[in-house]
Amino acid sequence: MARARTWARRRTPRGGLRGWGGVTAMAVACVITAALTLLPLSQHGGRTAGADPVGSGTTATVPVRAEVCTDPEASLPPSSADGPGIAKIKARGKLVAGVDQNSYRWGYRNPYSGELEGFDIDLVRALAKDILGDPDAVIFRAIPTNQRIAALERDRVDVIVRTMTINCKRLEQVSFSTAYFRTGQQILAPKDSPITGYDDSLKGKRVCSGEGTTAFEALEKESYGAIFRDEFDGTERDPDRLTVPNQLDCLVRLQLGEVDAVLTDNALGAGQAAQDPAVALKGSGPFTTEFYGVAAKKGADDLVARVNKVLVDYRAGGKDSAWMVSYRKWLAAGLPGITAPPAPKYRSN
Amino acid sequence: MTQLPQGGPQTQRAPEQAPAPTGLPAQRPGSWAVQSRRLRAVATTEPGRLQIIGAVLALLVVAFGAVTALEISHRASAADDVVGRSQPLSADSASIYRSLADADTMAAGGFLAGAQEPKAVQEQYRKDIEEAARLLVKASANTDSSTSSWREITTLNEVLPVYTGLIERARANNRQGLPLGGAYLRYANQKMTNELLPAAERLYAAETGRLDRDAADARRWPFLSLAAGLVVLGALVWMQRRNYRRTNRVFNHGLLVATAAASVVLLWLAVGHTVARTELRSAMTQGQESLDVLNNARINSLKARANENLTLVARGAVLTADGSADQYETDYTTGMKALRAQLKEAERLADDESGSAPVAKAAKSVTEWQERHRKARATDDQGDYEGALQQIIGAEDSTGQSFQQVDSALRTALAHEQGEFTAAAEDGRGALRGLPTGAAALAVLGAVAAILGINRRLSEYR
Repeated sequence: MARARTWARRRTPRGGLRGWGGVTAMAVACVITAALTLLPLSQHGGRTAGADPVGSGTTATVPVRAEVCTDPEASLPPSSADGPGIAKIKARGKLVAGVDQNSYRWGYRNPYSGELEGFDIDLVRALAKDILGDPDAVIFRAIPTNQRIAALERDRVDVIVRTMTINCKRLEQVSFSTAYFRTGQQILAPKDSPITGYDDSLKGKRVCSGEGTTAFEALEKESYGAIFRDEFDGTERDPDRLTVPNQLDCLVRLQLGEVDAVLTDNALGAGQAAQDPAVALKGSGPFTTEFYGVAAKKGADDLVARVNKVLVDYRAGGKDSAWMVSYRKWLAAGLPGITAPPAPKYRSN
Repeated sequence: MTQLPQGGPQTQRAPEQAPAPTGLPAQRPGSWAVQSRRLRAVATTEPGRLQIIGAVLALLVVAFGAVTALEISHRASAADDVVGRSQPLSADSASIYRSLADADTMAAGGFLAGAQEPKAVQEQYRKDIEEAARLLVKASANTDSSTSSWREITTLNEVLPVYTGLIERARANNRQGLPLGGAYLRYANQKMTNELLPAAERLYAAETGRLDRDAADARRWPFLSLAAGLVVLGALVWMQRRNYRRTNRVFNHGLLVATAAASVVLLWLAVGHTVARTELRSAMTQGQESLDVLNNARINSLKARANENLTLVARGAVLTADGSADQYETDYTTGMKALRAQLKEAERLADDESGSAPVAKAAKSVTEWQERHRKARATDDQGDYEGALQQIIGAEDSTGQSFQQVDSALRTALAHEQGEFTAAAEDGRGALRGLPTGAAALAVLGAVAAILGINRRLSEYR
C-alpha cells in the first residue's frame, strides 16, 4: 500500500472565535504559521503572491505579505466561462471525480443499491449536471486519503470531492474551490471510556489516525502522551494498526480493541459514531477549524471558477437550498445544529 | 547344532559382560587368552578349519539376509511414506492453500454482489472454510510438533478463526448498509494476504520438500546389501573352489544351495530395487512435477480472480507503493502472467493426451478470461461501473465464467496427474513387497545349507 506522504497538512490552531475578530486572528495565526513553515518552500514565486482576499462580506483586512498564503479559503470568483479544463470534460462526456467510498454519509457505497451516496456525491452530481447537463455523467474513482493530490497531478481525476481540507500547504500543489463545509478535529472513543477529549486523558492510550491526515499532524505536534505511531511505519512491515489508509479503518481497530480512541475530522467522526452506537465524539467540540473544498489540478482556473459558480447556486435558497437539502438528508442526524453553509471568500485576481 | 562348540560360550558371554563391567576383571584376560589359544589350536587341524569356515559362511549369509531385510524395509517404508503419507499431505496442504485463497475470492465476490450475497457464493465460502479446517486437523495429526510444518499449522489454526470472525463482522455491517462492512472486508483480506496465505504457502513447500526427501530415501541404492551379497557369493565360490582342490569333488550340495539362495536374494534385490527406483522416479517426474506446477497454476488463478474482484471492491482506493497504478489490477496482471507460464510448463510436462488436453483447455479459457477482463476494464474506465460489474461477476460471458472454466480444467488435470502419480508410486512400492521377508527366509535357508554342506565334509574326518 502506498504511504508516500508527498505533502503534509499544516494545521493552524484556532479557537472557536467568530466574526471579524476571529477572521483577523485566523489570518494572523495563518501568516505566522506560514511564515515559519512555508517561506523556505516558496522561494520560487509563491502562487498567492499579491493575493488580495476580497470579499463576500466576511473578508478581513488581511495584513497582506507577498509570497505567503494568507487566506487559503479565498478562491477564484465564480464564472461559467469555458476553458481548456471544461473543454476536456465536455469532450469526454463524463466528469471524473475522485471520491471516498468509506465515509458514511459523505461518500460510501450503499450495498443495497450498489450506488455511491452521500453529501460529497450529491455535490459531484450537481457539478456534472451543470457542466454536462446530466447528473449521472460521472466516473467515480475511489481515492485513498494520501493519494488525493497525486491523483490530480497524474490526471487520473478532474476534481477531488472527498472531505478534503483547504490549507496553505496543499495550495502549493492543487487549486481549491470556495469552502463548502466547516469542520475540525475531535477525539472519538467508546462512550464509557475514561477519555474525555483531546487532553491529558489520552496519556498512555493508543490513538488511531489516518495516514497523511491533519489528525496525525496534530498528534505529532501534541499527543498528550498518547501512543499513535506504528512500529515500522512506512515500510513493508507496517502493521497498519495505529496509522491506517482510511479513517474508517480506525473504527475497525477500535471495535477490535486494538486502539483506545480515534482522532479525525468531526464530520467523519460523526459518520463513524453513526455506524456504532457504542462510540461518541468526546469533548465540547472540535479543537481546530478546517474547511472542506473541491480540489482541482493546479492552474485549472476555468474549472475552479466553474465549481465556484455551481457552489453559489448550491448554497442559494436559504433553508431549501440544495446544500441544506443534502445536509438534512445525510448529515443532520450526526452533525446537528448547522443552519447555513459557510460563506464563500474570493480573491480578486 | 554341533559345529564349533567354542563359538557358543564366546557369543553368550558378550551380553553378560555389559551389565557387569566391574565383575571380576582379572578373569577376563585369562578367559580371552584361553579362548584364543583354543581357537589357534583348532585352526591347525583341517576339521577345525572347516568348522571355522562353516561358521563364518553361515554368519555371512545370515548377515547378508539381515542387512538386505533391514535396508529394504527402510526403502519400503520410505516408499510407503511417499504413497501413504507425504504425497497425500503435500496434496492436502495444496488443498488448504487453495481453499483459503478461494474463500477470500468468494468473500470479495459476495461483497460485490451487494447486501444479499448470492447463495452459491455463500455456500462455496462455507465449504472452503470447512475444507481448510478439516484438512488442518488431518495435517496436524500427521505432523511432528518439532517440525516447521507444525509451526505453520499452528499459525493457520490461530488466524483462521480470526479471519472468519472478521468476515462475519463485514457481512453483518454490510447487511445494515454500513461502509464499515467494506473496511472489515479489507482488514480480513489483509489478514489473509499477509498471514494465512504465506503460512499455507510455507506449509505446502515444507510438505512437498518432505515428499522429495522420502522419495529420494526410497530410491537410494541399497549399497550395503549389494556389497554384502557380493562378499557372500565370493566367499561361497572360494570355499567351493577350495573343496574342489582338496577333494576333487565338483559339487557340494549344501554349498550349492547356499550359493543359489544368495544369488536369488542378490538378483531379487537388484531387480526389485531397480524397478522400484524407476517407478518412483517416474511418479516424481511425471506425476509430482506436474502436480506441483498445476497446484501453483490453480492457486495463481485464484489469486488473480480475488484481485480482479478486489479491483472493483476498492475502486482504485489501493494503489501501488509509488502511487502510479492500482494495486489489485497490478497483482492481477502479475498473477495471470505466472498462470500462463505455469500452464505452458504443465503442457510441456504432460506426457499423454489425457494429461495435456485439460491443460490446453485451461490455457484457452485463460486467453478468453484476459480478453474479457480487458473489455470489463475498458467498461469501468468509461464510467459504467454496473456494466463492468456484470462483465466480471455476471453468470454469462463474464470473466467469472472464464475463471470457472479454468478452475474446472485444472481440477481435471490435477486428478489425472494425481492418478498417474499414485499408480506409478504404488507400482514402485509393490516392487519391494516381500523382498525383506524373502531375503530373510532365503538367508536362513542359505546358512543352513552352508552348514550342512560343511558338516558333510566334516563327517569325513570322523
